Amino acid sequence: MPGLTTLALIGPLMIGVAGAILLALLPIRRPAMAASLAALACLALYLPMLPVISAGGSLFAAFWGSTSLGIVGGLRLDGLSLIFTLLITGIGALIFIYAAGYLSEDPRQKRLVVFLLVFMIAMLGAVTADDVILLFVFWELTSLASFFLVGYKHESLKARKAALQALLVTGSGGLALLAGLILVSIAAGTTSLSGILSAREAVLAHAAAAPAMLLIILGCFTKSAQVPFHFWLPNAMAAPTPVSAYLHSATMVKLGIYLLARLNPLYQNEVLWQGILTFFGVATAVTGAVLAFRETDLKRVLAYTTVTALGTLTMLIGIAPALSITAAMTFLVVHAFYKAALFMVAGIIDHETGTRDAASLGGLRRHMPLTTVAALLAAFSMAGLPPFVGFVAKELIYEAKLELGQTAAFLILGSFLVNAATVAIACVLSWRVFFGEARGFTQAPHDPPKTMLAGPILLAILGLVAGGLPTAFGNALIDPAVTVVLGRPAEVTLKLWHGFNLVLALSAATMALGVLFYLSWERIVPRLRSLEAMDRYGPAVGYERLLAQVIAGAETVTTTIQHGSLRGYIRTLFLVIATACIGTLIIRGGFAWPRLEAPVDPRLGIALLIIVGAIAVMVARTSIQAVLAMGLVGFATALIFLSFGAPDVAFTQFAVETLLVVILATALMRLPLRRRDLRTGHEKTVDLAVALGGGLAVALMLAAVLASPFDPRLSLWFGAESVPSAHGRNVVNVILVDFRALDTLGEITVLAIAAFAVVALLRRTPETPEKASQSPNLAKSEGSR
Amino acid sequence: MSTVFIVVVGMLTAASIYMFLARDLPRVLIGFVLLGTATNLAIFVAGRVGSMLPPLVEPGAKALAAEAANPLPQALILTAIVIGFGLTAFALMLVVKAYGAFATISIEEVDEAEPRPVKPQPEPLAPAFRQKQEAA
Repeated sequence: MPGLTTLALIGPLMIGVAGAILLALLPIRRPAMAASLAALACLALYLPMLPVISAGGSLFAAFWGSTSLGIVGGLRLDGLSLIFTLLITGIGALIFIYAAGYLSEDPRQKRLVVFLLVFMIAMLGAVTADDVILLFVFWELTSLASFFLVGYKHESLKARKAALQALLVTGSGGLALLAGLILVSIAAGTTSLSGILSAREAVLAHAAAAPAMLLIILGCFTKSAQVPFHFWLPNAMAAPTPVSAYLHSATMVKLGIYLLARLNPLYQNEVLWQGILTFFGVATAVTGAVLAFRETDLKRVLAYTTVTALGTLTMLIGIAPALSITAAMTFLVVHAFYKAALFMVAGIIDHETGTRDAASLGGLRRHMPLTTVAALLAAFSMAGLPPFVGFVAKELIYEAKLELGQTAAFLILGSFLVNAATVAIACVLSWRVFFGEARGFTQAPHDPPKTMLAGPILLAILGLVAGGLPTAFGNALIDPAVTVVLGRPAEVTLKLWHGFNLVLALSAATMALGVLFYLSWERIVPRLRSLEAMDRYGPAVGYERLLAQVIAGAETVTTTIQHGSLRGYIRTLFLVIATACIGTLIIRGGFAWPRLEAPVDPRLGIALLIIVGAIAVMVARTSIQAVLAMGLVGFATALIFLSFGAPDVAFTQFAVETLLVVILATALMRLPLRRRDLRTGHEKTVDLAVALGGGLAVALMLAAVLASPFDPRLSLWFGAESVPSAHGRNVVNVILVDFRALDTLGEITVLAIAAFAVVALLRRTPETPEKASQSPNLAKSEGSR
Repeated sequence: MSTVFIVVVGMLTAASIYMFLARDLPRVLIGFVLLGTATNLAIFVAGRVGSMLPPLVEPGAKALAAEAANPLPQALILTAIVIGFGLTAFALMLVVKAYGAFATISIEEVDEAEPRPVKPQPEPLAPAFRQKQEAA
């Protein structure tokens, strides 16, 4: 059994990875079908675990971990995970089959399929991970994969923007989530998810318990499109329909719900947790319902009803008692069934008629009978009509809220309106589009190929079957999950028929109001659309502004730092050096004021000569004068060397300085040499200030060096070893050619390379200005000659 | 005397930075040479000055006399002077070549490798995509 457990847990991930790699590399003719087989194989691995899980067991397999990082690593399959894995692989297999038909003429089909497969692995990993870090890695992988999937039509600006928006919103939420998970695992002393759940007291008693919880909620809310982050979900409808049907019905957006449910045993008694989840859940459900009435695009309508469903789920988890968790888990499965089916139907309609506009479509029934059946069945489940499983879920939701008593009156009212809106939308999606007079298409559409029909029909029938066998459905799937989410078994039996009671009355009233909403749909939509304030304000606009500001800020920083002026860079460089030197001296107290000796030394004159030369360089009117003044400085320095016991240095300096002046003067003759300093007076003042600052810094550093005690050991060693070791009496020469011979070799090499480079440069092209005729600069420089 | 050297090194450094910041390349080159000279002097002074006696071991003596000048900074400076010369020659060639290529000796006009200030623009569509979109 342990081997089988490992196979069931790690096998699907392996199949997915291998499948994605093989699909990407091999020239497979029908990649979507192959991927569907991979998804089915994963499903076949998970399914045999159903009896064990239903009996209340949970399976564990060691997976990638890192002891040095304290990551435990491990996969766990329990009731909650199993529901998700079955949905992910089962609906995944159908989606791949659907994609085979939907994208049959798309040359890029393979890429979409590979990314969908990667996405599937990430989802499976995220819902089975028993380690929060592992969970986070898979969580982010779903965001990344969805970025590529939403942006699949990358030539369209809209798709790119939507993909980026989804990535940025869920990605920043992911960062919050990471921070929250790290805080929680610090409090629990382990990154293992089951370890954290069993260390409940420690986690809740930790000082950062509340911030950690809020950060995790933030992460889940961005992922599951809760208000105010709901705006990315409808925009993500820019993705091809198979992607929308997969990501935005059963998988990606449910991941946040998954984590909320997973952590519910930890936080379920926290008032803050209950309050936030309930409030934002209701707000999201209502927002989604209202916004769904502003849209006529089938996919966007569906996206907003998904927002509504996600809000309902969040709220149900927030309410917490056994009944409401049962309702949440049931609704989760129900919603996945009907929403995936309806998305696929919307794709079929788009595919066959070329439009998804619910306002213009109608009467498709006669041309697309099978699609009509699928759409009707799914819509019945969505509307919560008996005997569909949607009815079971809706009854449970009402029951859970009624159980709360009078305090939850606003919850009941909210969900009553939301459910009525859902009924109306279900009518729009089925009745309006498929019945009535035929319109919205020119050529007669027909039922799509079997591949595209299989998914919606199968899912719609599943909804019917689960509704027909609620007890079996509940015992096998829902109860184990509820036990996990509650942390204890819940004694709730799923039933189709509850008898004549308040819940049934509420259901009937919902139906009536929903039909009323549907009948006035044509009037409601334009009304809501004309409310421009809804476009002008709201989180979507806030997102746009924030993004624009971030980009503007980045541009400001870039143009400030990377301004493109070489002088500016050099000025910054020297200012930093000067500030660093003087700052260090101030902080460390290294100022040393040299004592003034009696200035009787005749060598003082040479020093004055250098200063005069330096000033002459600065004020020189033409470059040639500056070169000559530079020569003066060089020769005076050589004199200093000579008069302070360094004849070798002095002679080298004489030779080099002479050569430099000659070479500079000769070479610069080719340049507009008499050019004056081009700086304006103001620039000169600023530059002089910078220069004096730099000079001051160097002078102060030198003073500090001279004030500190001199360590002569190295010099003494060279002086003592020169004759015995190297048989040389000129110590400077001995240092250069014996003790530091390798240095000298390196120096010679550098000189040789420089010489080669100079020769190569001189040979390459003539030195006359190539752009002489076109360039206006030359005219300027000629003029100044 | 070291006080005077501190002032001299400071002045030379200031002059070299001032030249470094000039708008024309020949002046920058001069600043480059001056910075080398200033650094050499600073190393020389940091090794303590005062003696006029070159660091030569007297005939018959086994070790350097105590009053001789410090040989270590001299060795370092010798290397530095020669390397500095090679570097200056190379830089000079670049200046001459830059003038050949850009017909200017002004630093600010030699900016081929520098980024231009970015202006936000509407996202351009490749012509192929634009046609596709219009067709769609």
